[in-house]
Amino acid sequence: MKASQAFEFVTASYLIRISGREAGTLAELQQGIEGCSDASIFYHTFQSLGRHHFLNGGFSNDFAQWVLGSCNRPVLAERLASLDIRNYVAVADLRADLVQILAGYAQANPQEGTHNAFENFFFCETIEEEIPLGAAWTLEEFRARLTELPHASLQFHFITSRLRLHLHTNDFSHWFSEVLGLHSLARSVDRIDIYTTTLDSARDRIVALVDREASR
Amino acid sequence: MSQSATESRVSRLDDYAHLLGAGEIAELRTLAGRLEGRTIQMINSTSVGGGVAEMLNRIVPLVEELNLAIRWDVITGGDDFFAVTKAFHNALQGGCFDLSDESFQTFLAYSEQNRARLRFDADFTVIHDPQPLALIDSRPAGANAWIWRCHIDLAKPVRRVWDFLAPYIERFDGAIFSSPAFARQLRIPQYLFYPSIDPLSEKNRELEPEVIEGILAEFQIDPHRPVLTQVSRFDRWKDPVGVVRAYQLVKRYFDCQLVLAGGGADDDPEGEAVLSEVREAAGKDPDIHVLSLPPWSALEINALQRASSIILQKSLREGFGLTVTEGLWKKKPVVASAIGGIPVQIIHKQTGMLCHSLEGAAYQIRYLLSNPAIAQKLGEQGHEHVREHFLITRNVRRYLTLFLHFLHRE
Repeated sequence: MKASQAFEFVTASYLIRISGREAGTLAELQQGIEGCSDASIFYHTFQSLGRHHFLNGGFSNDFAQWVLGSCNRPVLAERLASLDIRNYVAVADLRADLVQILAGYAQANPQEGTHNAFENFFFCETIEEEIPLGAAWTLEEFRARLTELPHASLQFHFITSRLRLHLHTNDFSHWFSEVLGLHSLARSVDRIDIYTTTLDSARDRIVALVDREASR
Repeated sequence: MSQSATESRVSRLDDYAHLLGAGEIAELRTLAGRLEGRTIQMINSTSVGGGVAEMLNRIVPLVEELNLAIRWDVITGGDDFFAVTKAFHNALQGGCFDLSDESFQTFLAYSEQNRARLRFDADFTVIHDPQPLALIDSRPAGANAWIWRCHIDLAKPVRRVWDFLAPYIERFDGAIFSSPAFARQLRIPQYLFYPSIDPLSEKNRELEPEVIEGILAEFQIDPHRPVLTQVSRFDRWKDPVGVVRAYQLVKRYFDCQLVLAGGGADDDPEGEAVLSEVREAAGKDPDIHVLSLPPWSALEINALQRASSIILQKSLREGFGLTVTEGLWKKKPVVASAIGGIPVQIIHKQTGMLCHSLEGAAYQIRYLLSNPAIAQKLGEQGHEHVREHFLITRNVRRYLTLFLHFLHRE
């Protein structure tokens, strides 16, 4: 069945810009997060998860990783890592929650804010170049394209889509639900946990769900 | 130990498909398609020897294969010019600078000669390192983009040299650094391009088991007992004596061997002294193999890394640490110091183990020798990390994206 609107596959190629802002203590990290650009928050959270797509757990965002690895503060690292980017459709909300966690920790542990880290944290930013990869008009065409989609494109549609759509979903589920009317498939795809599976495993799971839908 | 024919053969883009996936190669072609008709010029100071020339020798043919017009020009100069640029190079990295004011004139005079000799009409011009910096004086009026690719650490330069070069740098449209820690506050945008390795080069390509066995036999290394290896120059910042001490702590519990392989001892008095210290620390232990290798030992290094149970990089100071990248690519568990560019590559307990002391290094080595399944998983995840971020094809992609960015900015 041909859809009324095609799924437009896009890939994104990212440049990393060095912002010049850095942090050597937890207090400086908080100040940095408060003052850095949205592109910087995006790079160290949404984009960071995508960059480590081959890990099936243990990595959430750059801030948590630095607090653990360079500041040796596992409790704070765990709190920062527990922020689930799927709950955010705006960078401002994510920034506010990061700051709230750091401020809360600083209040409870005032002596730790000025301890020097082993290595500084360097704030960077993402610059995104989008490139169209073609369209799929049917579920079969969608499946065929999905199996050979590069990681950057998967990341674009499956992880960073929320900020673009301003919806709590991904591009694939949005198309399944809004264009094809396949609400159950959309929900199943949206439930795939990107924190505990690799991007390749997520792709395999989506393909299996599409196959199951097609066989009905 | 000579360079083999494999090393000199130029790799084709499709040769990388089995390592990266056909989708990634297709995506590179799509990116390049957006730049159709545009021209690129790379300029550096040498066509052979050194990491920059090695990298350009591989990147330029790959970009050509993407149907983009790319030209690689090399500046020329007399011994006096290269003595000055060598002094600049050291001073920019925090070393001392004791040349006269005349040296700045020498630099400018040769830059003038190169400006007269070279053509500057590309859409995107990339100048590598400080030697050709003053060519920016030849930038034509118009819309083409000039980018400075800095391969060195600029964090603490000698002020006199920096004050001379900074006005040239700030006339570029952007600067590229290998690490945010190497950058400086500049009025132009700064971009991050990680260093990369070529998986098809002699140092990193797959090797047949018999080649590895032959090289182990040549160095009298037992293939049936665990091998710990650190590959690096015999330099105090690489802490080879600390590595021997860590091995000695491990040796109490595991019947293992240590390989310290590197160069830098023949032409460097300090290297020779460090090598002596290492030999003294090693004593008469027949399981410590200290190998001072010539620069053309890529195959031997490859085999030693592939034969290793664990790769070490217990440096006290480090740039990016490409030996870590090489070890990770070979799916080896790596134990390395949490300094410089190493934490970018080693996510602790995910793609390797970080340490802060020789005792810590010894503990992580013992842990990995006791838990081979964990060691294997770290190696596999480390390989994926390199595949995703630190291969030469990724840098081709970064360049294409940067050019697209400048194009859209216009």
